[in-house]
Amino acid sequence: MDAPDQIFVLLKHAVVSWFPTPVQPWISAVLSIGAILAVYPMIFALTTVIERKALGRIQNRPGPNRVGPAGFLQFAADGIKSLTKEDIVPRAADSVVHFLAPLVVVVPPLLALAVLPVGRNMVALDLPETGLLFFLMVGTAVELGVFMAGWSSHNKYSLLGAMRAIAQLLSYELPLLLSTVSVVMLTGSLSLNAIIGHQSEVHAGVLLGWNVFTPWGAAGAVLFFIAALAEANRSPFDLPEAESEIVAGYFTEYSGFKFALFFLGEYLGLFAVSGLGITLFLGGWLPPLTVLSWVPSWLWFFGKLAVLMGIFIWLRGTLPRLRMDQLMRFAWQFLLPMSLINLLVAALWQYSTPWPHLLRWLPAAILFGIPYLLYHRAFLRQHPPRTYRYAS
Amino acid sequence: MLGGGILHGLAVTAKNFVGSFTDPERLVTLGYPEERAPAKENARQFPFLVFDGADPQAGLRCVACQICEKECPPQCILIVKSKTKKPDHLGKPQFFPATFDIDLSVCMSCQICVEVCPFDAIKMDQEFELATNDRFEGLLRHRDQLARPNAHFQKLHPTDAAAIDARRAEELAKAAAAATAAAAAPRKPAPESPPAA
Repeated sequence: MDAPDQIFVLLKHAVVSWFPTPVQPWISAVLSIGAILAVYPMIFALTTVIERKALGRIQNRPGPNRVGPAGFLQFAADGIKSLTKEDIVPRAADSVVHFLAPLVVVVPPLLALAVLPVGRNMVALDLPETGLLFFLMVGTAVELGVFMAGWSSHNKYSLLGAMRAIAQLLSYELPLLLSTVSVVMLTGSLSLNAIIGHQSEVHAGVLLGWNVFTPWGAAGAVLFFIAALAEANRSPFDLPEAESEIVAGYFTEYSGFKFALFFLGEYLGLFAVSGLGITLFLGGWLPPLTVLSWVPSWLWFFGKLAVLMGIFIWLRGTLPRLRMDQLMRFAWQFLLPMSLINLLVAALWQYSTPWPHLLRWLPAAILFGIPYLLYHRAFLRQHPPRTYRYAS
Repeated sequence: MLGGGILHGLAVTAKNFVGSFTDPERLVTLGYPEERAPAKENARQFPFLVFDGADPQAGLRCVACQICEKECPPQCILIVKSKTKKPDHLGKPQFFPATFDIDLSVCMSCQICVEVCPFDAIKMDQEFELATNDRFEGLLRHRDQLARPNAHFQKLHPTDAAAIDARRAEELAKAAAAATAAAAAPRKPAPESPPAA
């Protein structure tokens, strides 16, 4: 392919070829790991600044604007601050587990990011048999780190936060998994590269076959990203660290760089799960239209990631935090049934291939429309329109 | 519809986000140390002593009557009356404060001292950047630190200052007229010159 698309791949091959053949696989691995360790924390740093500035703008204030040009070096100041702060370990804490918890939170997202294809031929660890499975299993390990942090801190707020986190992560794991299952059903492979390849077939001469352009893909993407927000502890599902209720949740007793590691792990988890959503539903590194295929593939991936981050920041600036019972009810009574319906829709889509295109959308519209209306009616029955009386 | 409220909320925040770039009226915050909001005339922080003329010692309006010291609710004022007297703006010999201390760490900015002062000698300042490393000496203001020229008062509270200056000028004119009348009276006891009203 053309040079800008493959620039990083060619660069890596050039560097690897300087070394003798026996060490070349090791050098290749080190370069891939180095790239992941450099790129994603850098995106994390920029995201924190942009997030704070965007939230400020949503609240009609300028946001951080002191450090560096327009405040964009704020992350450096924050990093230096967290590095130089005292690392406090409570006397009652289980010091080994307390020390390990931030690492257990940071490592799984990095492992998950390793299997994500970020461009054509750009994947650090290609697992042709088990890519998606590996990703989801590694992502589940974060729950262990969260619970280690909450339990070892010997603090009621930490424990409450950890309990909330476990309840939330386990509940939202199901809709997350079920919405990815439909993709696996239609692709017939767990390999993330194969899933992207399946989306590259061209429809109507211009449009690429992203899964989000199908009824099960669109619904699956919505369900997936709602569950992803909850998995990543993002607002409005940030109950495990609800500042106004339980101080900082499971990392209440963490300070200095360990606190920064939790923060980093949370954002890396968000990048990983968003990257998976991009891969499964939004065509990975594929452009939406064939005429746009001159744009480098890695630019498509990171551009989609940036757009998703923007939407998540927007949602964070808009929605208030859910209550615990609302959170659970939403997961078990809305997301889970809807993702089960989505499996049915995906199956119908698969077996209605000979039908005309518009007719294939009909069963999906019926299957999603009827439960949606029923939910709407149930909601109105539970929450009738309020009448406000004002003092005259 | 279900979920419509979320979309409505997203529209509201999007409007605010875009509006903060396009409409500078929306950004109500100021970059404080560089940008400052214009001072309000009625703003008050801590008291200061007013003096007329150029010399803070000679022009000090305070006559050490100690009313403010007695009225001060948190008792943050300490006045020591002078042994000697100095002429006030009408030329009358008056006491003056040998010591006039205000402890800003105690003062509650209630302005009662200003209300009770019959000589318009104590007024409220608008200085608020009083952070200091020494909370004892650094926040204890002595007479010479408290003394500010009348021009300062005129700048902070123009309406009050204009009224007070007019009254004082009237008093001064009255006193001058009385003095000329008194000077004229012994020489000419004739009743054709009534005292200036």
